[in-house]
Order: sequence, then C-alpha cells, then structure tokens
Amino acid sequence: MNLLRAERIKLFSTRGQWLCLTLALVAPWGLTALFLGLAGPEIATTPANTQVTSGNGRTVLLVLATIAAASEFNWGTMRLTFQAVPNRVPALLAKATVVGAVGLAVGLLVGVGNWGIAKLVQPDANLALHTAADWRNVFGQALVFMLTAVLGVGVGLLLRSVALSLSVVLVWSLLIEGLIMFIPGVGKHIYQWMPFYAASQFAGADLTGPALSLPHNPLSPWGYLGYFAAICVALFVAGVVLTRQRDA
Amino acid sequence: MIEASALTKSYGDTVAVKELTFTAQTGRVTGFLGPNGAGKSTTMRLVLGLDTPDSGHALIDGKPFRQLDDPLRTVGAMLDAGWRHPGRSARQHLRWLAATNGIPDKRVDEVLALVGLAGVATKRAGQFSMGMLQRLGIAAALLGDPRVLLFDEPVNGLDPEGVAWVRQLLHALAAEGRTVFVSSHLLPEMAQTAQDLVVIGRGQLIYQGTMADFVARTSEHGVRVRTPHADELRTALTENKARFKEADGAFLVSEMDSDRIGELAFAAGATLHELSPITGSLEQAYLDLTREAVEFGITEAVR
Repeated sequence: MNLLRAERIKLFSTRGQWLCLTLALVAPWGLTALFLGLAGPEIATTPANTQVTSGNGRTVLLVLATIAAASEFNWGTMRLTFQAVPNRVPALLAKATVVGAVGLAVGLLVGVGNWGIAKLVQPDANLALHTAADWRNVFGQALVFMLTAVLGVGVGLLLRSVALSLSVVLVWSLLIEGLIMFIPGVGKHIYQWMPFYAASQFAGADLTGPALSLPHNPLSPWGYLGYFAAICVALFVAGVVLTRQRDA
Repeated sequence: MIEASALTKSYGDTVAVKELTFTAQTGRVTGFLGPNGAGKSTTMRLVLGLDTPDSGHALIDGKPFRQLDDPLRTVGAMLDAGWRHPGRSARQHLRWLAATNGIPDKRVDEVLALVGLAGVATKRAGQFSMGMLQRLGIAAALLGDPRVLLFDEPVNGLDPEGVAWVRQLLHALAAEGRTVFVSSHLLPEMAQTAQDLVVIGRGQLIYQGTMADFVARTSEHGVRVRTPHADELRTALTENKARFKEADGAFLVSEMDSDRIGELAFAAGATLHELSPITGSLEQAYLDLTREAVEFGITEAVR
C-alpha cells in the first residue's frame, strides 16, 4: 500500500502528467464531436463508430505511461526509489498498477464519453447498446487503455530515456504499424498481427478495414485482446527483469 | 557502522574500485577523500545496493543494504542533489519518498523546516538553486531518522553560511551516535568536519584512520625561522646536525623544537625575527599521499 501511495503521489504531482491526462480525454471527445457532428450519411453512426477517435486518447495515454517510467531514469528519481526499495520489483509493480489503474479509468471515460458525445451530436441515431459487440466496443476501451499503460511502463523501463522511449512508441504506433501494410504480398497479413491493430479489433471502430481490403482477421476480438495483453505483459516483465539486474 | 570488504567493481574495461576495504565507525564523521575519478561515488553506490559489486560486499550495521526492511529508516543518503523531478515541488518530492517506507507526511514538514526549506516547500524543484537542491537532498536523507548517513559532496554550491550549517549538522548527527560518511573535495572544510578519514586513489585504499594521525604524516612539519644573521644561524644549525631547508629568506627546520632553535640562535648571536612552529595541514598530507597514486597513474599512462 505504501508503494502504491508513493507511485500515486509521483504520477499526480507534475504538471506534465496532468496535461497528458487532460489531453487523453479531451482529444478523443473533441474529435468525436467534430467527426460525428460533421460526418455525412456515408459514415454509419453505430456504437463501434463512436470509438473512431479512442485511438488518439490511447496514444496520449501511452505517452503518459512511457514518461511515468522513463522520466524516473532521466531525473534520477529511480535511484532514490531503489534506495528506498532495494528489491526494486515491488516498486515497479506498484508503478504498473497505478499507471494501469489510471489507464483503466481514462479508457472507461473515453469509451463511454465518446458514446455519450455521439448521442448528443447525433440524437436521432440508434446508438443503443444491443449486442455484446456494442458493449465490448464502448466499455472495452477500459481494458485496452489499461494494457496500453502497462506496455508504456515496460518500454520506459527497457529504454530508460524519455526521448528515446517516446520516439519508439510514437513512431511505432503512428507510423510503423501502418507502413507495414505496404510491404508487397505479406504486408497486410503482418499488419493483422501488429499490437495496436490487435487492440483496435477488440474495441474500436472499423472504418478502414473494408477500404484496405484486408484479409479476414486471424483472431476473434477476445483472441486479439489476449494477444495484445500478452505483448504488453511481456514487455513489462522484460523491463522489470532488466531493471532488477542492471546497475541503476 | 559501514563495513566495506574487498569491494571490486569494473565498468567495461575500467576498474572503478578494487579490493576496497574500510570501516566507518558509529558516532564519528568519516571523511571520504580521493582525486576525481578515484571511485568515491562508485563506492557509495555499491554500499547502497544501486550497483552490484563484482566481488566483495558492504554491510550496514552488519546487514547488506538490500536486506534492510524500510531502508530509509536505517540509511539516509544523498548521492546527487540533482536526483529530483524539476516539475515536482519540494514537499511532493519528499512525500513520495517518505510514502515508500511508510514515513508520515508530518515528518516531511519537519525535515523541510530542519533544512530551512519550509518557505519554499510548494515551489517546484526545477526553480531551486544548487544550494537549495543540496538542502533538499539532505532533507531526503534525514527523512527516516536513520542511524547511518552517506553524503556525496554535500557542500557543493552552498554559500559560507550553508557550509557552516552542514558542518554543524554532520557533527550533531555523529554526536547523536549516528554513522556519518561524507565525501568532499574541499579539504579545508573536510579538515574541520571529519574525525576519521578514508582516502582512496585509483579505486584502492590509501589510508584509513583518524584525521590527526593522517595530518601528522605530512612532510611539512617543523619550525619556520627568520633572521637577519643567516650565516650565523646556518653554521649553528649545521654544527648541531639539524635538518633544514632555506626558502624565501627563511629557514624551515625539521626534527628540532622551537625551544632548542631559539637557544642555538641566542648562543650564535643571531637575532630572530620569526620563530613559528608549522603544523601540517590536511591538504599537504593529502597531496603528499595521493601524489604517489597520481604519478603512478601518469607513468602507467605514458607506458
């Protein structure tokens, strides 16, 4: 409990992280209002399509989580943490728990918020949550964001530098995943195994899939969640193992 | 008490610390001296379990650091005053650190007042001067009311009042029965602060013992004598087999006390303008002792 409290104080005592937190909510909400407010009849207003902008919030949360871990190496506070917690692992678990819980909360607010905003700007659309898939697309954001937070902490621990780890997660999530598709032949198949593609198959809109004429998904939505979770947890565990062994 | 036993640590090809054994006693301020790059900071990191030694070990009151429960309550340390997030206030910085070891917020306010930062507790640490950061680092070290304290260069960037304050603080902490282990490159300051010394060069122990014994080893001992009758005094000193040097129009006589020199001068008819015993300084003793290590380093580099 002491360690959770310490990590909570760390996370909420810098202005940069409050900015990230605000942006992680306001960016998807604002973009949803614009997107669905201005969309023509070619965009079907379904519960799934209310989540088109959730990925923006997810990216900002990824930034928050990565900074939460990597900045501790930049500023030397990780060494102070290890002076206070020489075993290191409990402190790192506490960090992932706190950042993950923030991710869960932000994901819930983004998922439900986007859906609520969609109802406001398109009051006539049928946005009731009828099917399990509808529920998954809206509330599932909480799980996706939580896992994304754990992934960010893992990358921060592995790379130990804010500049480096932010470049890696942003270039990966915003560029590389999309560009993989353009590898002739196998590109589209590899794309379907990319981590953030996987996350979006569990909860998110699918506006681009048909346009890109992707093959049929190899996994079910819940299968994709398990796959994404495995990647996030593996990166975090690798970060913990390495941090435990390395000189601080 | 801090006991280091045959600590050895290399980073790549560089041997930072080699077979280093020393003790810092309870109730004493132990100064930790050595040229830049001698391995002082590495040693402190090894004692605190931040880095793992290749061989050897360090014990805090008989236990390895990594086996301490709530270590802040046993060991307080400031290795680098820059270890803080610039966007976090002094109070929040200490709050999270205190929380890790279940130390109440009340103690945070106490140490802030103790180091004189109560007035800027809510100011972001990024706006702190070097001296304020040193005070914040010292506050962090004192959080858990620890029995053992390690400070790496605690007076860097402090004004004269701050330096005097740190000196008094370290003395008070040792007088309360705590172990205080402090490195500094400011030798005159160290001479006034430390009772015991650990001196290292090139990662190896050069001296361990009391400050008084260390200073007694200096080459610059003796009596300084000035006289307008240099020839008479020189003859008298030579006849009595005194060892002396002449420099700047004065004699520096060693291994003979000032009483005897005065009598010799009187008998020789030499008027004395000055007859002053010179006691060694920590600086001279340190330079004498580390010169060897430094010269060894140079010849090795040339070869």
